[in-house]
Amino acid sequence: MQQERTRTRWHPIAASHDLPPRHVFHAQLWGREFAVWRADDGYVNVWENRCLHRGVRLSIGINDGRELKCQYHGWRYANRTAGCTYIPAHPADAPARTITNRTYPAVERYGLVWSCEQPEGEVPGVPGLEREAPLALRGIPVNAPAALVVTALRAHRFQPNGRIDGSDAEMVVKAADDFSVALSARADGAATLAIFFVQPVDSGRSVIRGVLDRDPGAEARNAVLRHHNAGLSVLRDNVERQAAARPAPAPIEPVYERVPAALAELPEPSAHGRKAALRVTVARKWEAADGIAGFELRPLKGLLPTFQPGAHIDVHLPNGAIRQYSIVNGPGESDRYVIGVKREADSKGGSLCLHETVREGDVLAISEPRNNFPLRRDAVKTLLVAGGIGATPLIAMAQALHHQRLVHSFHYFAQNEAQLAFGDRLDGLKDTLVPHLGLTPQETGGRLRDILSGYAEGMHVYLCGPGPMLEAARAIAGECGWPDEAVHFEYFKNTRAIDDSSAFEIALARSCLTLKVPAGRSILEVMREAGVDMPSSCEQGACGTCMATVIEGEPDHQDVYLNDAEKRAGTKIMTCVSRAKSARLVLDV
Amino acid sequence: MTETGCKDPVILNLWHPIAAVAETAPGRVADTVLLEERLGFAIDDAGNAAVWRSRPGLATGDRVEPLEVRDTLPAKLAYGYLWTSLGSPEEIFPIPEFAEPDRRRLNAATIGVNVSAPRAIENFLDMGHFPYVHTDILGAEPHTEVKEYDVEISIERDEILATRCRFFQPMASTTSSGGADVDYIYRVPHPYCSVLYKSSPVDEKRLDVIAVFLQPIDQEHIHAHMMLCVLDEENEDKVIKRFQQTIFGQDKPILENQFPKRLPLDPRAETPIRADKSAIAYRRWLSQKGVTYGVIPALG
Repeated sequence: MQQERTRTRWHPIAASHDLPPRHVFHAQLWGREFAVWRADDGYVNVWENRCLHRGVRLSIGINDGRELKCQYHGWRYANRTAGCTYIPAHPADAPARTITNRTYPAVERYGLVWSCEQPEGEVPGVPGLEREAPLALRGIPVNAPAALVVTALRAHRFQPNGRIDGSDAEMVVKAADDFSVALSARADGAATLAIFFVQPVDSGRSVIRGVLDRDPGAEARNAVLRHHNAGLSVLRDNVERQAAARPAPAPIEPVYERVPAALAELPEPSAHGRKAALRVTVARKWEAADGIAGFELRPLKGLLPTFQPGAHIDVHLPNGAIRQYSIVNGPGESDRYVIGVKREADSKGGSLCLHETVREGDVLAISEPRNNFPLRRDAVKTLLVAGGIGATPLIAMAQALHHQRLVHSFHYFAQNEAQLAFGDRLDGLKDTLVPHLGLTPQETGGRLRDILSGYAEGMHVYLCGPGPMLEAARAIAGECGWPDEAVHFEYFKNTRAIDDSSAFEIALARSCLTLKVPAGRSILEVMREAGVDMPSSCEQGACGTCMATVIEGEPDHQDVYLNDAEKRAGTKIMTCVSRAKSARLVLDV
Repeated sequence: MTETGCKDPVILNLWHPIAAVAETAPGRVADTVLLEERLGFAIDDAGNAAVWRSRPGLATGDRVEPLEVRDTLPAKLAYGYLWTSLGSPEEIFPIPEFAEPDRRRLNAATIGVNVSAPRAIENFLDMGHFPYVHTDILGAEPHTEVKEYDVEISIERDEILATRCRFFQPMASTTSSGGADVDYIYRVPHPYCSVLYKSSPVDEKRLDVIAVFLQPIDQEHIHAHMMLCVLDEENEDKVIKRFQQTIFGQDKPILENQFPKRLPLDPRAETPIRADKSAIAYRRWLSQKGVTYGVIPALG
């Protein structure tokens, strides 16, 4: 079928100069609309022009340089991946599901942006345009089918660069097909090759995108552009008269792909074990601070999944250890994950291996990012309080808050200035960053009290750092009147001794299984052995990934993820370390 | 009966609003479009009304006695509007508050919008867009959360009811300068009409009533009639109207940039979140009723 064949062909859908900073360009091909935008890092995004939520055009959205924000409900979508990073109506939840807009390939070549619905192969090279500086003309929209435009272009005339005042150029059709015409014009020893690509916008509408083989230089450029504009405008008027005399073809109805079934219902969390689905290469390793190594991880192929501030990945190390590291990236920084690893004196092989064995160019297996420490963006003021390497998730949060100009302050406790990690990122956060250096535990307590006094409704605090500091900060926050739900924290590890001496029974309500958990085994292990898949990450009660809902029975909480109110409520349990005080637990699994 | 563009019996048999009584010149022929049909209508000073399929001999602007027009469609004056039907309508839905004597009753505006009626109803039910579309009026960042609320489809009254809705409003009332949560109740008693009850700024025990009655011109174009029935003895009509016109003027460009324009009833056409519970119920209700006009029915 004609249409099927042409959908595999690359077409220009915009000129590079249609994508100035922070703009969203509305493009269209074969009846399908695109929102086309360039992020501040230069990446060109070509997305279906429809927010997945309620179908509003993304071309009326806001390009903030890193993300595209829908005008209707403020949903944010990341550069490159088009994954949703934030849903303001539910500020406490990380968008747990893979809400991702439909993306199309984008290639910039000859001053044009090319795309295709179902690409087969690469954007074809165009003979004659391989010089350094071709010049893209202004796109000329024409209310006529592409075939009519192509026919008219074969007889089109123009003057070569440097001879635009004449009218006697010798025209030769160098090449032509269904959607392009290459014309050369010669006069008085000057020659210009122009390729006119005809973009089929819809069945009855086209855009002529011309490219000259050579930019005539700044002085002559405007005159040359005007010359072509004038000539193509005459051609357009003629073609539109012809088209108007014929019956108009029916517009093409774009088919919108259905969203995945999992997105249609308000879903259950996806069940997957401790899997390392991604392969990344260590593109850069450097000293991010005294004793802290920075790693920049890039995908071996394709794109990395969307992350949000507070998210972590599991890194599967060459020595078999699995460790969790927070993603340090700011919003829209979607071509890599950056993590920071502190060299631990008592390392059991995780940090030591990363510091000493892993080098630039090595390939690592990592999990998809998970976010059990999501950042609300509806606070009247946000406090970020970091201790040492605990700064990593908070640096990601601070960058997001800074980028959205949300009120916050970032308190960073460290031994000395050399231990402040990711100085390049901290430089951009100077307005709100307050370092607290070289304090004794007692002084730290006093400083935390200063920071946490003055709670007002609508404030939220995020804490990450060594266990004793977190315990102190949580206690002080409680004394200063902070409610539990406004105090968010993340431990690196669970330093409590786990008592796994109890034995009890678990009933899995949805799986219709009753299992015995003996002393020495965890709920998670017993469920896995019975074939019940459950996501997990740290497996020591710190990260929150393996959380299950308790329907009946009394949990014996041994984790550091749940806050005191949640523990008292007894409706959630970390299946990796927590157990039962009652003889039986019924879980919603 | 002449052929009409609308084949949906559910929609054909409903009452539809076609004009604000206060804005109709008495005793004169006026014209409009409903469900792709050209209609003529007239209302006299006594409140007698007639609606008919447009025909030669009754030209717009002509003097006419509504009681003398023959071959007419059903006609009814309710809530300040003239309603008609292309089929056999039942009773119109009740709005008891309309009869309360101390309320101001106004047509805030009649505005044409290039969208289907169900898309506009969903917009009317939606709170999540307040901080983004009605910035600093009905909402303001960072107060973006849509708190849990309740939705039921009342079988007995055949309508959708959303209760316990609260949303932060930066200028909650004329008497206070600060922001506060405002309470809302939403009813959808008609596929193309919705009634909203909202905390009254002047009397905390009572609720203002704001309704949107949509006149379907065709599947993708409407006239939105906005009715106000509020407690306000201070402000002039034009002040009250202007507020509502500002709000609707902010929604209009969003609605006109929604695709597809007809509301998709396939649950997998779009991505709902918890905040969209009322919209999910509305889509389900339309599916159950078998509505096909202004929607893209779910397959199977």
